[in-house]
Amino acid sequence: MRFKKELDFVHLSKYFFIFSIVLTILGVLFLAIFGLNYSVDFKAGSNVDVSLSKNITTEQLQPALDSLNLSHEPSITLGENRVNIRYDEVLDDTQSQALQAEITKLDDQASFEINTVDTEMAKELARNAIYSVLLASIGIIIYVSIRFEWRFALAAIVALLHDAFMVVSIFSIFRLEVDLTFIVAVLTIIGYSINDTIVIFDRIRENLRFGKQKTYEDLKALVNKSVAQTLMRSLYTAFTVFIAAFFLLVLGGESIKMFSLAMVIGLLFGAYSSIFIASPLWLLLKKRQKPSTKSAPAKA
Amino acid sequence: MKRLMGFIITVLVLTGVMAVTTPGLLDKVRLGLDLKGGFEILYEAEPMDIGAELTRASLQKTAESLEKRANALGTSEPEVTTEGTNRIRLKIAGVTDEAEVRKKMKEPAVLTFRSAAEGDAAGTYSKIEMVGSDFVEGAAEVQRDQLNQPVIQIKVKDKDKFAEITKRLLGKNLAIYLDERQLSDPVVQAVLTDGTASISGNYTLDSARELADTINLGALPLKLTEKYSQSVGATLGKQSLDQTVRAGIVGSIIILIFMIGMYRLPGVLASFALLLHTWLLIAVFVVADFTLTLPGIAAFILGIGMAVDANIITNERIREEMRSGKSILSSVKAGNKISFRTVMDANVTTIIVAAVMFAFGTGAVKGFALILIVEIVLSIVTNLYFAHWLLTLLVKSGMLKKPKQFGVKESEISAL
Repeated sequence: MRFKKELDFVHLSKYFFIFSIVLTILGVLFLAIFGLNYSVDFKAGSNVDVSLSKNITTEQLQPALDSLNLSHEPSITLGENRVNIRYDEVLDDTQSQALQAEITKLDDQASFEINTVDTEMAKELARNAIYSVLLASIGIIIYVSIRFEWRFALAAIVALLHDAFMVVSIFSIFRLEVDLTFIVAVLTIIGYSINDTIVIFDRIRENLRFGKQKTYEDLKALVNKSVAQTLMRSLYTAFTVFIAAFFLLVLGGESIKMFSLAMVIGLLFGAYSSIFIASPLWLLLKKRQKPSTKSAPAKA
Repeated sequence: MKRLMGFIITVLVLTGVMAVTTPGLLDKVRLGLDLKGGFEILYEAEPMDIGAELTRASLQKTAESLEKRANALGTSEPEVTTEGTNRIRLKIAGVTDEAEVRKKMKEPAVLTFRSAAEGDAAGTYSKIEMVGSDFVEGAAEVQRDQLNQPVIQIKVKDKDKFAEITKRLLGKNLAIYLDERQLSDPVVQAVLTDGTASISGNYTLDSARELADTINLGALPLKLTEKYSQSVGATLGKQSLDQTVRAGIVGSIIILIFMIGMYRLPGVLASFALLLHTWLLIAVFVVADFTLTLPGIAAFILGIGMAVDANIITNERIREEMRSGKSILSSVKAGNKISFRTVMDANVTTIIVAAVMFAFGTGAVKGFALILIVEIVLSIVTNLYFAHWLLTLLVKSGMLKKPKQFGVKESEISAL
């Protein structure tokens, strides 16, 4: 064997189970209390883009905005000969015309683009993605139950949902912005997670064919052996996919920054969960089928 | 020797084909709005008249008329698709006056029947005699007259009004307009009192159908409401693309270096299979006319990751077989065979996930799933079948004789 000292992954997984459970609870708490930091894609309102002939400051703009007498303050982003004003409420026609008139007073060459954002679409896409993932899970259960057995299917689904939820949690805890591309990133992570898990399960299945595993200890040794045998592959694959996502994060544009970040985080969780969550979980499920050495009746 | 020649020829020919065609293919890949700039609007359509029903045909017709309008405004390659039962998605690139285009697009298609008013130039008509809603919905249809020429049968709601118009315009033109576009200018041949009329002219079957459909659409105009809109500046889109492509190239080079450094000659073969995989994917994009968007790039990255995984699994397995003391050829054979099953199970499971997403998802989710499916299928062809075949060919030709060439040290091999 290549490893002089065999690593006891099953034993180590106890700590990782705790880690994952703590993170899950934290995630649930943060999601319940703070929710997610949604980008404009998920918030209704009006988005006013003004292109100007000169640069103006927030102070110059403020009186114009105040004159509208709106109940809430918009967020203002200044740019080179541009200003973006984002309202959390939809402006009606009179309001937007009044706003245009006020800003035209500041700069008579101002040109406007007023978009009304309806959140229904973004929410529908998110809802739809969640339904798709749940339905896909059923597909996985059926296929994996046929090719492997239901315990593998269940463990794979738990790992997959774990990975998706971890990324959502991290984004909630660190208040990272969630936009439409985030949904796609989570879907990608799910795809990677299931691929990664199945490869390790395949090895467990293969090793199960040699010899009979009579006791829990036998099974535990088998899981450890299978994980060890596929460990180099798991590390190499995680490394290469990580490289791809990492460069997208560092070199890719601003518009896909959050997307790449979600991918990088998710891929690490995907590799981690296959080894420390999915495989030991399968063992836990399998244990119930096989009597463990300790609980087996002692021979007279 | 024959095998070695076969190997060399295969690699050289494929390399040549890839090198020659890649620049041309890359130019032809259609880019999504998020990468090239432009704007996208999702409309929800509902009938103008309350209580009227929205049909699939009227939605389709409205989408077509939107496309024609976008074309008329001089935009490049507008893309209009219907979604679900009541939605139309419009994508337009390279627009200078966005506000103007949006306004134009939202106006319902107006069907009018007009006569010549005083001061109209010959062949133009400005006096509106009838509007779309004067016609019975869905009643316009194509028939054939005695001479077997296609004619369009129409039905109006108000017989008397129609009788009055046809009486007044007997022998004159009653032109049909959609918005400001003249579709046809038939001459009134008789006073029509029963509320039906047939329009004849030099129509082909297709043009007659087109006109009948347009009248039906005009009879039931749809109101469009913007549900979602996204606009990306052209420079911003270009910047995103350049940065993403550069990130992709740097990442890919590192992955290839890793594969070759790790697995030596088999690593070179795996890298070759990966390049072929990427080239095929670009070719599929061009041939199937897919649009490359950000979600597409995400699927692309995942696919590359899984393709690399397939190669890593194969090569790790071959090394493992070798360490257990098997000969090179039997190690490669066993490694290929066993890893094939592993990779297939993993890939099929991922395809199932993608297929469900494709079937039930919308918009970005659907696009992502489609590209993932295509890519996994391509990966099975290139990174399993092709890569395994290449490696076996090379081993049989006697080029790969030592475990060292696979990155396995002699000391690691246990005696069988």
